This record gives sequence, structure tokens and C-alpha cells, in this order.
Amino acid sequence: MEHLLINHYETAAVILFGIGFLNLLLQNNLVKKVIGFGIMDSAVYLFLASQGYIVGRLAPILVGEVANAADYINPIPAGLVLTGIVVSVSVTAFSLALIQRLYQKYKTVNFDEIVQLARQKGDE
Amino acid sequence: MSKMAKIKKEKQTAWQRFCAWVNGDTADRPLMPADPPAPRKTKTDKNKKQKTVSSRKEGIELNRFGSIYRICAVLIGVAVVTVLMVTVLQLPLFGSPDNPAVNEVVERYVEKGLEETGAVNMVAGMILDYRAFDTFGESSVLFLAVTCVTMLLMRDKNNTSKDEDLLTAREHVIEGYEEDIILTKIARLLIPCALVYGIYVVLNGHISPGGGFSGGTIMGSALILFAVSFGMIRMSRFFTYATFKKVTSCALLVYAASKAYSFFTGANHLESHIPLGTPGAILSSGLILILDICVGIVVACTMYGFYALFTKGEL
Repeated sequence: MEHLLINHYETAAVILFGIGFLNLLLQNNLVKKVIGFGIMDSAVYLFLASQGYIVGRLAPILVGEVANAADYINPIPAGLVLTGIVVSVSVTAFSLALIQRLYQKYKTVNFDEIVQLARQKGDE
Repeated sequence: MSKMAKIKKEKQTAWQRFCAWVNGDTADRPLMPADPPAPRKTKTDKNKKQKTVSSRKEGIELNRFGSIYRICAVLIGVAVVTVLMVTVLQLPLFGSPDNPAVNEVVERYVEKGLEETGAVNMVAGMILDYRAFDTFGESSVLFLAVTCVTMLLMRDKNNTSKDEDLLTAREHVIEGYEEDIILTKIARLLIPCALVYGIYVVLNGHISPGGGFSGGTIMGSALILFAVSFGMIRMSRFFTYATFKKVTSCALLVYAASKAYSFFTGANHLESHIPLGTPGAILSSGLILILDICVGIVVACTMYGFYALFTKGEL
């Protein structure tokens, strides 16, 4: 329990991930599903950023002539988070565009209704 | 006769079918009807009645499936969270220097980074020099996303109804003579500041926090503010779909060409003749500045492109 409290960033990331995951599975509204996906993304960024931090060290912007690795925090998670943000922006935009097309066709963003309408059309 | 028709349909090239699918014309595809769904509460003839009965049965089935699905989803979610929590218990303590993630790679990046890449900002040096190929992939992903959204949402004669045409015509008329005074005054103040700040963040990417992605987003927000406050017509005077295509592809090509050069020379142990400059100056750190500018341009155009496509369906 104490471990979870000290690692509170990671714990919060896991809880956020769970919230986003359940949102993705349980919501019927497609736009809300995309929002759940976004919450999951942020949880992953929080986790990565907290893994890169080291107490008492500087951000990886070098000061002075000689750089000592013991003075700076880990720069790699920052790069990974950047990649993640870009990909999640692209995926969100693409899925929202698909949802807009679905809305134009079926006049609803409810997943179950869309499935039912599609089935009805398939029977005819 | 029907066989002939079938053969004809099969003879359509894959490209034609793909075009038809993108345009929403799916006459031969029962799953995606081309016409809008009929109003749901009409029961006139016998056929329809049977259909409603069957669909009601289907609905009950769906409901039953739905409740099982919900329970399963909650169970899966709880299981995932529990497993992850147990994993968090095994993780090294927050902020400890002997975290196994801090290994020889980090040491190498921090200690040799300045003399090898010339960038003071180690993150910029990492993503635009050591891992530049990855960043090129990111920019391509953004470009690909805009292309897909354009394919799906761009308004043309195939996916616009008459009502929507009337609506856009009316919007154009309103844009023509009405100007929101508060919005335009504030926008005149803010847009230059935002643009200059975005350019500053891009150009200082290798010296201070920032870089192509963050600066590009700031510039993109300035473009969006311009489009919001002065309308699409004025926007199209200097930014159209053609300029968007040209600028974005040129930026990506410059990125690819300059990085290909440095990869080629590096792999063959040749002298690359790219001066690294004095660390801390604007004109330093070799290719990183050029790559940052390219990424910034791509990101700014992409952000504005998403806005324009989602609001008006045109660029």
C-alpha cells in the first residue's frame, strides 16, 4: 500500500487507464468511445513521464561544457511521449471523421442503433 | 441477364470500387445503404410488419447480449486494472536513480549528445538526430491522417445534399457582410503574437524546451483563429488546398532528403560536411534546425487542415 502511495503517478495512470478502457467498452455513443480512447492515451503518457523522472536532477537541457549523466533525468520517455501524442492525434481525427460519415448515413452516433439499422438494410 | 450484370460488376476495377466506396455509393453493398434510413415507425403493409416483429426479436437478443457484454466488460476492466496494479507494486520507487530504465543508453545520450548532435536540448537531439527516422514516421502519420480525413470529409458533388449546399451558401453570405467587432479586434492583436511565438518555439527547438511539434501546434492555432474570426473566404486568399498540398509535401520531402543524406554519409563513413556550430547558438546543431522547421510546417498545416475539414468540409 505504501508502495502504491509513493508511486502515486503510476497508480493514477493505472486508474485512468481503467476508466478509459471501461469507457471504451461500455459507452454506446461512438464519440464517447473516442473520448475513452483519449483518456487511455493520457494514462500512458503519465506513466511514461513518471518513469523518466529522477529526484533532484535537472531537465535534459545541458548546462556547461561537460555533461555528466548523473545530473540529468532520463530524456528517452519524453521522446516516446511525443511519438504517442502525435499518433493519438492522428487516430482521433481519423476515427472522428469516420463517425461523421456514419452519422451522415444513419443520422445517429449510437453504436447499437447503427448495427440494427445496418442489419435491417441488409435484410431488405 | 442477371449473370451478365454480375460479371459486369465484377469487371469493375478495384480502384473504381474503392472510389465508389469512398464516395459513399454502395448500391451493391447491403451493409452500407446509400439512401438515408427510412423513418423507423411506419407499419403500413404486411412486409413491414413482419420486419418490425423480426427486428423486435433481434432487439431482445441484442439486449440480452448487451447485458452479458456489459458484465463481461466490467470484469475484464477490473482484471486489467488489478494486473496493472500488481505490476505497479513491482516497479522501482518513483524518482529513484537506480531505475533500470536509466541505463547505458541514457548515459551515452547525455554525455556524448552535445558533441555528436550539437543540440543543447537533449530531447530534440535525440528525436531529430539519433531517432530521426522515427520522427519522420510521425510526420508521415500526421500527413496520412490528414489525407484520410480529406478523403472522408471533403465536400464535393458526391457527398453533399442540396440542404447542405444551401446552408454553406448562406454561411458564405453571412461571412460576406457581417464582422464580429470584438472577435476581429482581439484576433488582430493575438494572431501576430501567436505566429511569432510559434516561430520562436520552432527555431529554438534545439536550445530550449519546444521544437517542431509544439511550435507547429501554436502556429496552427493562429491559423485556426484567423479562419474563425475572418472567415474561410479571406483564408482562401493565401491558404488553399493546393498550397496545403504543396507546402506539406515539400516539407516532408526536404526532411526525407536531408536525413537520407546524413544516413548515407554516416553508414558509409564519409565526411558529411554539415557544421555543428557552437552549442547554444541559433544556427547550430547541423540538420536539427532544418528538420524542426519541416516538422513545424507539417504540424501547423495539419492542425489547420483538421479544423477546416471538420467544420466546413473544405480546405
